[in-house]
Amino acid sequence: MTRDDFPILKRTVHGKPWIYLDNAATTQKPQAVIDAVADFYRLHNSNVHRGAHTVSAEATAMYEASRETVKGFLNAASTDEIIFTKGTTDSINLVAASWGAKNLKAGDVVLITEMEHHANIVPWHMICERTGAILQWVPVLDDGTLDLDMASRMLTPQVKMFAFTHASNTTGAINPVRDLCAMARRQGITTLVDGAQAVAHLPVDVQDIGCDFYVFSGHKVYGPTGIGVLYGRYDVLLNMPPYQGGGAMIHTVSKSGITYLDPPQRFETGTPHVAGAVGLRVGLRVGFQVGQGVGLREALHEVLLEDLRSIDRLNLVGRPTEHLPIYSFVVRGVHSADIGMLLDEQGIAVRVGHHCTQPLLKRFGLDATVRASFAFYNTKEEADALVAGIRKAVKMLS
Amino acid sequence: MTIDETITQIADELAMFDDWEDRYAHIIAMGKKLDPMPPDHQTETYEVKGCQSKVWLHPSFDGEKIHFEADSDALIVKGLVAMLMRIYNHRTPKEILSVSGNFVERLGLTTHLSQNRANGLAAMMKQISMYALALSVAHGK
Repeated sequence: MTRDDFPILKRTVHGKPWIYLDNAATTQKPQAVIDAVADFYRLHNSNVHRGAHTVSAEATAMYEASRETVKGFLNAASTDEIIFTKGTTDSINLVAASWGAKNLKAGDVVLITEMEHHANIVPWHMICERTGAILQWVPVLDDGTLDLDMASRMLTPQVKMFAFTHASNTTGAINPVRDLCAMARRQGITTLVDGAQAVAHLPVDVQDIGCDFYVFSGHKVYGPTGIGVLYGRYDVLLNMPPYQGGGAMIHTVSKSGITYLDPPQRFETGTPHVAGAVGLRVGLRVGFQVGQGVGLREALHEVLLEDLRSIDRLNLVGRPTEHLPIYSFVVRGVHSADIGMLLDEQGIAVRVGHHCTQPLLKRFGLDATVRASFAFYNTKEEADALVAGIRKAVKMLS
Repeated sequence: MTIDETITQIADELAMFDDWEDRYAHIIAMGKKLDPMPPDHQTETYEVKGCQSKVWLHPSFDGEKIHFEADSDALIVKGLVAMLMRIYNHRTPKEILSVSGNFVERLGLTTHLSQNRANGLAAMMKQISMYALALSVAHGK
């Protein structure tokens, strides 16, 4: 799989070749994923798990084959531990509402970190409000990494859930997930790891990581939007009440009572995004290749960092040594929104704002940053164009 | 000059520039010439919501015309704010409310402004119209 497999990358914007550097927001899709989704609707579309006819059996087989692929991608122990959701946000809401409602009581602590995306903050805030549990935050150091000393100290017996990101969507900082989960496990604390950013760049082995829950979105790993994954250790899932109710997750429904199915079906109600799961399967193959090191361009990023640092008045937000190819920066005396506009004029797509990490930006005393995030299909020429584009924008705005 | 004539004048100015760099330089220059807004008016009360950067709009009414003070912490947006001020400042509420059509389109700026930014401008214009409406209802102007 190479850059040429991604048709949208041939686009132009404002008459210039499109340079797409907003991969942390969403990744582009290879023709194979586009074809998989289209072919599903063209040849195999039927409802799953319900029908008695041939094509519905085909659709069901394809859907379950995707589940099998996700299991392999994450190295889960069983396909019963793989739940398809709408995305990372949906997955976290599921755990907070279902696991949270059953396991949290007044005075319990839910521990998250200052670098979390709002998707891994708001659901916990909401369930804490409902149950009387308390939300606490592991602080972030000046270099953008997690304060591991504080983490260790804050993982007390009062903590029932430790939810943290595998890697930051703003600074790219990669957290030592294995160590953090081990620390938590020693205290009997349940863990949830937000893998939204990590899955496109790093190999993920949930058994090795030792987390109770792992979540990610299909569209951030070259798959379609509207589909995501919640991995949960089976014994944990088994003890969780249903999240949303409806068809497919029930065993029997009568006026005198309702019985529910076991996981994963218990948590997959209504007609699923079958086409999304089918597309995800293909996207994961790309993700798997990249995660195993195919397509990584270390040299590109070494040079890019040097070049960015050489721009006068440019400050990178956090500069961890272990990081994904995500670069957030501000230029002193220049508004990030202005830089974003002028980069767009030059055909360069970046993201401007708080990146759904308001607490993290506040910790660094910032309102908005410019964020450039790379995928394996971005080139050295594009990195160079970004640097030149920033220099030009800063010049025009000074 | 009527509001319509002002919009045409600005559209002509922008059409003079062949490339985007010069067009933006002109917008930025307009912003730099904007009268400064007193810091005590740059409060949350006068912040226009729905913009990527901070935009403040402070109205006052002398019985006939509305006088705006406006500012932004982003340079390009400040230029767009300055453009809006050339069009809408020191007008009667009725004049403001009688302007029809899409400001951004008429100035040929839609290709240069994404949805987000256009919405920021739209938010500003909506705010101006709301002030005009409120004052027109209160004073029959």
